Amino acid sequence: MLAYILRSLMQGLVVMIAVAFIAFSMFRFVGDPVVNMLGQEATLQDRAELTERLGLNDPVPLQFARFVADAAQGDFGISYRQGRKVSSLILERLPATVELAVLSAIFAFVVGIAFGVYAAIRRDGWIANLVMSISLIGVSLPTFLIGIGLIYIFAVELRWLPSFGRGDTVKIGWWTTGLLTVSGLKSLVLPVLTLGFLQLTLIMRLVRSEMLEVMRADFIRFARARGIPERKIEFRHALRNTMIPVITIAGVQLGGVIAFAIVTETVFQWPGLGALFVNAVQFVDVPVMSAYLLFVAFVFVLTSLLVDIVYVALDPRLRGSALVPAK
Amino acid sequence: MSVQPASSPKQPPSLWARILDSDILASFLRSKVTMVAAVIVLVLFIGAAFSPWIAPTNPFDPATVFLADANIPPAWQDGGDPKFILGTDDQGRDLYSAILYGLRVSLIVGLLGVALAATIGITLGLLAGYLGGRVDSLIMRIADVQLTFPAILIALLIDGVVRGIFKGANREDTALYVLVISIGLSFWVQYARTIRGSTLVERNKDYVQAARLVGLPAPLIMLRHVLPNVIGPVLVILTINLALAVITEATLSFLGVGLPPTQPSLGTLISIGNRYLFSGDWWIVTFPGVTLAILVLAVNLLGDWLRDALNPRLR
Amino acid sequence: MKPRNLALAAALFGVSVLALGAAEAKPVKWASAGDALTIDPHGQNEGLTTTVNQHMYESLTERDHAGKLHPLLASSWKVLPDDPTTWEFKLQEGVKFHDGTPFTADDVVFSYERAMQPTSDFKGYLTSVEKVSKVDDLTVRIKTKGPNPLLVNNTSAIRILSKAWAEKNNATKAQDFKNKEENYAVRNANGTGPFILVSREADVKTVMKRNDNYWAKAKVPLEITELTYVPIKQDATRIAALLSGEVDLVQDVPVQDIARLKSQPKVRVTTGPENRTIFFGMDVASKDLKGDNVEGKNPFADKRVRQAMNAALNRSAIQRVVMRGESIPTGVILPPFANGWTKELDAAPATDVAKAKALLTEAGYPNGFSVTLHCPNDRYINDEGICQAAVGMFGQIGVKVNLVSQSKSIHFNLIQKNPPETEFYLVGWGVPTFDSDYVFSYMYHSRTGSQGSWNATGYADKDVDAQIQSLSKEIDIAKRDATIAQIWAKMKDETIYLPIHHQTLSYGMNSTLDVPVDVQNQPKLKMVSFKGS
Repeated sequence: MLAYILRSLMQGLVVMIAVAFIAFSMFRFVGDPVVNMLGQEATLQDRAELTERLGLNDPVPLQFARFVADAAQGDFGISYRQGRKVSSLILERLPATVELAVLSAIFAFVVGIAFGVYAAIRRDGWIANLVMSISLIGVSLPTFLIGIGLIYIFAVELRWLPSFGRGDTVKIGWWTTGLLTVSGLKSLVLPVLTLGFLQLTLIMRLVRSEMLEVMRADFIRFARARGIPERKIEFRHALRNTMIPVITIAGVQLGGVIAFAIVTETVFQWPGLGALFVNAVQFVDVPVMSAYLLFVAFVFVLTSLLVDIVYVALDPRLRGSALVPAK
Repeated sequence: MSVQPASSPKQPPSLWARILDSDILASFLRSKVTMVAAVIVLVLFIGAAFSPWIAPTNPFDPATVFLADANIPPAWQDGGDPKFILGTDDQGRDLYSAILYGLRVSLIVGLLGVALAATIGITLGLLAGYLGGRVDSLIMRIADVQLTFPAILIALLIDGVVRGIFKGANREDTALYVLVISIGLSFWVQYARTIRGSTLVERNKDYVQAARLVGLPAPLIMLRHVLPNVIGPVLVILTINLALAVITEATLSFLGVGLPPTQPSLGTLISIGNRYLFSGDWWIVTFPGVTLAILVLAVNLLGDWLRDALNPRLR
Repeated sequence: MKPRNLALAAALFGVSVLALGAAEAKPVKWASAGDALTIDPHGQNEGLTTTVNQHMYESLTERDHAGKLHPLLASSWKVLPDDPTTWEFKLQEGVKFHDGTPFTADDVVFSYERAMQPTSDFKGYLTSVEKVSKVDDLTVRIKTKGPNPLLVNNTSAIRILSKAWAEKNNATKAQDFKNKEENYAVRNANGTGPFILVSREADVKTVMKRNDNYWAKAKVPLEITELTYVPIKQDATRIAALLSGEVDLVQDVPVQDIARLKSQPKVRVTTGPENRTIFFGMDVASKDLKGDNVEGKNPFADKRVRQAMNAALNRSAIQRVVMRGESIPTGVILPPFANGWTKELDAAPATDVAKAKALLTEAGYPNGFSVTLHCPNDRYINDEGICQAAVGMFGQIGVKVNLVSQSKSIHFNLIQKNPPETEFYLVGWGVPTFDSDYVFSYMYHSRTGSQGSWNATGYADKDVDAQIQSLSKEIDIAKRDATIAQIWAKMKDETIYLPIHHQTLSYGMNSTLDVPVDVQNQPKLKMVSFKGS
């Protein structure tokens, strides 16, 4: 197991370097940072000077080597847009995104599993059908439209919830949290709903179909035959077996959370990493873009490792095939 | 040398056999919801395919669009014009025509994107699952790299690269390919993982071992023997992904990397209309939005039904 | 009467302040799409950055919302009678920085030198300056390389920070992006302005409190107790925040939302022209255009084609539909506030499709031609919509335009590349010096040396260049103005640019506020006084 983890980590490192390189060689096409960094009065000479000073005339491999060498020492440079250390920008934005992502994941999981199980048990009940139909709306409308719709209803018309930002935050060490103030909690509601809705729908539908499948498996029939109460069968036996694919898919879905967090953060002016990234792309803030991608790659390597471990732990049968190469 | 698959020992029934065996038609006819969904999808596809003949105007031709016609409400409202049933958008385009044309663009992007994703994903998944070892871990690591890049970023980067390569190229011409490639590249992992998973199981089954013993070349075994047995779940992913692709296209348009407003897709229309949400011109976002929702809903319902129908244990 | 006194008076007379409908000092939350990039006063010469910073840092002079120049930290100035290359500025007495240290000539000299450093983004305003020196504690002299009759116009852009503070915190230069360390001045401020920085979280909010010891508080209302700036990128979200009362002032209301906002009882919308003109530029010099369908010829090189394009533009339709009435159609790329502007220049040619077609035929393009138009989609008000509308209008005279609209960081790069990578483009230009010279040297002067950096048309005329260069040295104002008029007359005829309109701004606000549109789009919130609502 340890060897497996080590090997995965090594592969993860390769993944991260690959991500950094692919990203790096493509940045030049996103635009020219110098245009944004100088005011409109800048002369052609000013531009040439700044380009030279930033090392943007060097060949991409050299720029990349420099970036990796600095990054290895935890130095991601200075943001072209804000003149601040990229590492501190990322740390500053991290809490907002983590709180948003984790809460919406919890929301999606808890509600998704609950509804999914219910829809499976009462397969033909009208409530189950209603829930399933409503859930389809979640995948039928783009996230940004749902977000703006929620703002219109709850912020403009009803005025119950704020339309943007994180509200008041409390600092705990370097972490800032919105969970400890009323305005912070209120601010979380709409973004969490918006971001979680799509995941919720997917998880709910997955749980339902897996559950339906498991309920027809032999061991469930066995359990029934042995007279174990239906409730116990459903929750003890069926649900547990449903969880394996759900966890796998949830791991895969993390990509979705990160991608859609960009949209959600844009709509709600949520001061997280996604918004930082969108602004960086617009300004061609190369140091921030590189650091963000590297960070996302890191999160991925970590979670896919965790999912693998959980997967193997949950289903011992897979140990052989997952760990030992075929042939 | 050819070996009949049927002669392989314990070969499970082929996909088509399973479809026929599953009384798919009967199940289809039993579900009213599915029938309605199918009819809707059919109508929308036909509307999209024949939009140049159905639509009253050509919204992509700037010479026929007059700015003076902009922001006219739907025909039944005050100030409406019977010429424009669903009203006009901010540029004076007939919204009904724009939706038909936009639907076509969205569907083309969605179908091609999903087809690309499935092709890449199935190929890599088969290779990874069947060959295993180094190839497997390489492909799965590529999949990890891939997942790191959100579709938005992929679109941005590809958009930039395309612009860099084809300098002066017309955005109207390139945007479509950019979107198709972006969607293809961001969605393939799911197919690869699914196919790899089932291939890992199938690989050790007797009929594959038998084919191998007979000395059939690996590509042939993968295509003729393994693929038909692992493709089932892919059909479900395909339908659901088509819906997701159409939505992704809309989101990309919202973030400014979608189709240009001169040749709007449904997504572009929605993100244009989005700007007019607070100004009272509700129709610009509502009609394309509703069309998109209906399309995605119907496709998803078909996907659901397909999943249940293909799964013999659920009947 | 100051509101505090008013409240006191109301209390004395036993009348409820609220019942009177009288206003009191209040905090204000103010939003627009972007955020200040830094609060270093010399770090980024960018509109919004300057707008936020001016509440903390001040200059020798300032422009009011109509663009008129007033004294600020300098009480008076003059060109030395015996030396036309030296300006002398007398400084305000009794001014203190936020940290309590007094403001003196040393700070001015230091700040000007800081602004002239290579890492400063404001050095462009001071290229004519040779030396800045202190005469006594309240007198500063600026010596220029040659006579510069308009130097004072540039002083409103150069903000003054405390020398002692900058030296203590190692911030004597503006941020060098090559450095690994953040400059202290990026997130900390010590100016003389009406508001004091409390906290700053980039892209989240910048909080400032009222400077109760503000040196000029007798001259301005200064009723805002706490000023918070929040960036809200999405139009819909920003307007939602205004409608729900979460922000008090929105600096960039999308034109389509003005009507809706005006219908709200508790919202006020102010509109007014900005110091910025929007126009198309054409490559008139290349032998052959790459993006067109005419081989071996450049249609734009023919003045008749350019005039035909000019006549095809229906400016009033763009104003009415795309801008919903919020723009001023024009025939010149110079805003009305700037020196050299006249009504005759401003008159836009009438839309005349028949004439345009005739001109095209005469030029040898009876069936028109096709060309690629580059357009930004995130820079000017409805920039992409303008281009789209224009595509239709050019289409009606047979010129098929392929529209490429993209982000400003890509778009402006095309224009600034040498040689430019666009042959037909949309751009907007503001005139911070309020003088035609600024437009000439960036837009009409041939691209040589430091001149013509935004002239991507390839237009180059030696005589015009010489005339433009003479402007910066001419001391006789009347003679100078005559030259300006001559250049404009010629340029208007050449039609290398197709002017569209002067941009109009709209501010949306809580109805207790009344903030007029600032021509530089830099609202000065020390001027706010609350109204009863």
